[in-house]
Amino acid sequence: MSEKKELEVSAIKNGTVIDHIPANVTFKIVQILDLYNHPGAITIGTNLDSITLGRKGIIKIADRYLSDEEIGRLSVVSPDVTLNIIKDYQIVEKKYVKYPKQIIGVVKCTNPKCVTNHQPIPTKMEVFDMNQKSLRCIYCERVMQYGEIELL
Amino acid sequence: MQNNFISITDLSKDDILSLLHDAARFEANPNQRLLEGKVVATLFFEPSTRTRLSFETAANRLGARVIGFSDPNSSSTSKGETLKDTIKMVSNYADVIVMRHYLEGAARYASEVTNVPIINAGDGANQHPSQTLLDLYSIWKTQGTLDDLDITMVGDLKYGRTVHSLVQALSFFNPRFHFIAPDLLRMPNGYRDFCNRHNLYFDESEVFDVNAIANTDILYMTRIQKERFSDLREYEQVKNVYTLRNAMLEGSKPNLRVLHPLPRVNEIAYDVDENPKAYYFQQAQNGLYAREAIICRMLNIDLK
Repeated sequence: MSEKKELEVSAIKNGTVIDHIPANVTFKIVQILDLYNHPGAITIGTNLDSITLGRKGIIKIADRYLSDEEIGRLSVVSPDVTLNIIKDYQIVEKKYVKYPKQIIGVVKCTNPKCVTNHQPIPTKMEVFDMNQKSLRCIYCERVMQYGEIELL
Repeated sequence: MQNNFISITDLSKDDILSLLHDAARFEANPNQRLLEGKVVATLFFEPSTRTRLSFETAANRLGARVIGFSDPNSSSTSKGETLKDTIKMVSNYADVIVMRHYLEGAARYASEVTNVPIINAGDGANQHPSQTLLDLYSIWKTQGTLDDLDITMVGDLKYGRTVHSLVQALSFFNPRFHFIAPDLLRMPNGYRDFCNRHNLYFDESEVFDVNAIANTDILYMTRIQKERFSDLREYEQVKNVYTLRNAMLEGSKPNLRVLHPLPRVNEIAYDVDENPKAYYFQQAQNGLYAREAIICRMLNIDLK
């Protein structure tokens, strides 16, 4: 990471840095991880210069480490992000998004007749095709492309 | 296969074949009191007289008692009870639950909230696996095999769930599919992708004529369903396009059979009914044997 970027978004002592976020989904990640309710400091940068992405986003979450389930949720919007685990200002581990078996309660089913849109139950999606980036509702069996996905 | 019958996609090739063999046993002897003392619930959150009578007859011929409702307006659903609560309540009484629901995925959800086996008798436009099993049984019985057949599907291939499930179920048996539909109602992308992924041959056409029938083993006709259209002008445009007439069956293969999930409207002319290749009424009767086989399988009844 260049010195200039360190200046743009200040460092955290302990926590998680989500980097290499495509700029257009930065705020979707805020939503998908429900960071609105995180009590600690959060730094959100977006439209930052990036050599590989052109414009990228970065989210620094102080004093929070993500569970595998939470990291799995990121597969829906930005499977290529990097997660830096920070302890005492140092990157102690890098994590990458793994496609989870099921994604529960994050994505709305696009089928208006799906039972999850009418009964008080969380949605349950499985990754249908990683290459074509699609999910399948385990209830109504509708296959939806990542591009058409709406978050709950 | 767990002890639920929700989607044809849950079934392996062996599951399918062993259920077909069971159905053949029930055809040979439909009245077997294997379910003496058992209670079968039939919950029809959406009316479907034909399917309900078939399941209830199956249960009765097996010696079970039947409880349930045929009209959701007479149940507490109309008072706003959730599906979960209804299923939980009925689970206290019944050994197996047959349910039909207008919401897609309702049967899968029901199976998550109870340990009582759930049989899906149709969930919206999604699955209707007992129909698929009786279709498979009809093909198997009339052709002597499910392998390597030419299957021609005609009519509403977009909204017709029976053809979608049949495509999925036949994927184990190396079929050659011929999809004939107006452009507006052609086989959806997802199912054409499915065929490609499973290396299944298929071709598509908008023309339904003698040539389309000449080399096929199974002619699966479907009704163009008015209730699936949000735009009734679209329905008026396509409803009379694909009609089978008796003369069109001249020169077809001797083993050809015409199937139709029923009810038909005008996609099969009445002069076809007397043709020995017309099989749709026997097909409906096969539903009884298929459903006896399904109910017994869900209750782990050993057929001798």
